[in-house]
Amino acid sequence: MDNAALQGGFIDPARDAARAFRAGMEAMARPGTIQTLNGCTAPAPMSVAAATLLATLCDAETPLHLAGTCDTDGVRDWVRFHLGAPLVGRADAMFAVGDWDALAPLDAYAVGTPDYPDRSATLIVEVAALTNTGATLTGPGIAQTVTLSLPDGLLAARVARYPLGIDFYFTCGDCIAALPRTTKGAR
Amino acid sequence: MTQITDRKTWLGLLARAPQGRIASLLSQVGPVPPATDLRRPEVGSVMVQGRAGGTGNAFNLGEMTVTRCSLQLPCGTVGHGYVQGRSKADARAAAVVDALLQTDYTNRVHAAVTALLAAEAAARQKSRAAKAAATRVEFFTLVRGED
Amino acid sequence: MYVAVKGGERAIDNAHAWLAEERRGDLAVPELTTAQIREQMTLAVNRVMAEGSLYDPDLAALAIKQARGDLIEAIFLIRAYRTTLPRFGSSLPVDTGAMACDRRISATFKDLPGGQVLGPTFDYTHRLLDFMLAADGDVPAAPEMPVDPAPVPHVMSFLNSEGLIAQETCDGTPASDLTRAPLELPAARALRLQALTRGDEGFVLGMAYSTQRGYARNHAFVGELRIGTVPVEMEIPELGISIEIGEITLTECETVNQFTGSKTEPAQFTRGYGLVFGQTERKAISMALVDRALRWEELGEDDQGAPAQDAEFVLYHCDNIQATGFLEHIKLPHYVDFQSELELVRKLRRDATGQGAE
Repeated sequence: MDNAALQGGFIDPARDAARAFRAGMEAMARPGTIQTLNGCTAPAPMSVAAATLLATLCDAETPLHLAGTCDTDGVRDWVRFHLGAPLVGRADAMFAVGDWDALAPLDAYAVGTPDYPDRSATLIVEVAALTNTGATLTGPGIAQTVTLSLPDGLLAARVARYPLGIDFYFTCGDCIAALPRTTKGAR
Repeated sequence: MTQITDRKTWLGLLARAPQGRIASLLSQVGPVPPATDLRRPEVGSVMVQGRAGGTGNAFNLGEMTVTRCSLQLPCGTVGHGYVQGRSKADARAAAVVDALLQTDYTNRVHAAVTALLAAEAAARQKSRAAKAAATRVEFFTLVRGED
Repeated sequence: MYVAVKGGERAIDNAHAWLAEERRGDLAVPELTTAQIREQMTLAVNRVMAEGSLYDPDLAALAIKQARGDLIEAIFLIRAYRTTLPRFGSSLPVDTGAMACDRRISATFKDLPGGQVLGPTFDYTHRLLDFMLAADGDVPAAPEMPVDPAPVPHVMSFLNSEGLIAQETCDGTPASDLTRAPLELPAARALRLQALTRGDEGFVLGMAYSTQRGYARNHAFVGELRIGTVPVEMEIPELGISIEIGEITLTECETVNQFTGSKTEPAQFTRGYGLVFGQTERKAISMALVDRALRWEELGEDDQGAPAQDAEFVLYHCDNIQATGFLEHIKLPHYVDFQSELELVRKLRRDATGQGAE
């Protein structure tokens, strides 16, 4: 394994991971807000926020799907060393990471079952820019409305019926925002 | 004793060392380059598997505690340490030894650390095997003549 | 001014303080160290490791000290601690054929390669209380003899070479893990073996005994019992190789049971298998007998309705932490439940005497 893959883990895992978890939780609890998330670095092109989120949430029991440009030998080695997460195809993934074009379409990902709606995939979408412009979002965790830049076609692609569905994170540099399945969006 | 040149062998030796032994022996080596952590020592578990009937399908037997550490020397050499048990100091010492055995320090570290660990492990096993051998039953077959 | 004090909190704090005092006992008596428990109460430590499902003698010794010798309480502590450890992965399956045997016996063959090695066993003691042990004393060194370096193969391979017993084959099915997914029936053999090895020794012993007394009609022989250390190996991704990450003591028991053939199968022997952490002989033999009983279906035998053949009965009741958890929950307040029962009983009695008076 390349030495580069061994770099970039949490320096103080207990504290750093707790802080990172809080940021990820805030993003999901207050959809559309943009949080700062850092602490880990992975080989290019993965963003700091995506790397840190994976390091916080993934381990040997969370199958991970790397999509598109994220699927490189360097990233695979980094995942194997730091996360131990099994690398799988879309259907078996608990987490998937990549840019929207590589992750779409959504049909193959798990959306949960009526008994266990939580057994669904969480998609981490790497975006070129993350700003509070664009789509208007409403729902739990949002005071009135909030706007968030979303990749084209993402809102339309969410067809699963609640409580089934897919939850999304958006990462760019060290910024993160989230779109849980409970949030309604309009362009 | 012959130098252990195979990384798999020396890592296994380090894993089975009694608690505190590696750190204690390492301190006898003298000054060594400082190592930076790639992954700080962490205590975890490994699920041990057995085989049904000894040869069949695997089943999960139970977990054992293991501590691991990965670090890097200034020259770039990476060392990995895996030790049985919950000693962070031992895991770090094992990783340092693993790294040093890949550099010019190898002869010194082998003489002071791995050679002794190997000898101690062999002595422990031999003593146990000798005690077991003493409890081996020698069956004496009596031949009864026709009377 | 009243300060609301929950009476329960003070009582609990005081109970804990008294518990600590009772745990320590008479201060004139030296305190037990965990090292003493680990070294001198090894078989208790083994049981706690096996049923706690965590191989770490120091932790088990600490749990036993904290639990004041109540082994199920100690197992509870170990199970709880286990959940705080990140799991690095799974080992490669251990090779018990390569075990450095402290003890190795067979009831089926007298002369076998490697011999009958008694090991440090209680089997031949007279079970008379030894009052010499009540005083400290020096223990003379155990005798040593030259070691025979020949390998110690599994005895079952002899029967297998005549085709009299089926060799267990591996089809590569990954083992399911009941620490990660709830136990569901029907349970594959791997899951049954995992449940049994962590199961309560007393329960598994009782179930095993029942099979010997005719509840499942299976006469078992101990084909081989071996106790010793095996290395544990694991694949390390960053190294690209598998390495030994430690060594553990295991007890392995293979039983031989008879299976009278059917129209399609010739008469042959069948197996039971027990494998347990540490030197835990009684548990390993019990596990093998119960394993065999639970295999009735895949071996084409009849369901005699014996408890040991009932996978649900055995597997759902063998875990002593689950068992004691539910058992002990009835100590919790059930005041409202009981109140409604009380009212019902009173009403029924009123109705009954009311009718009688007419």
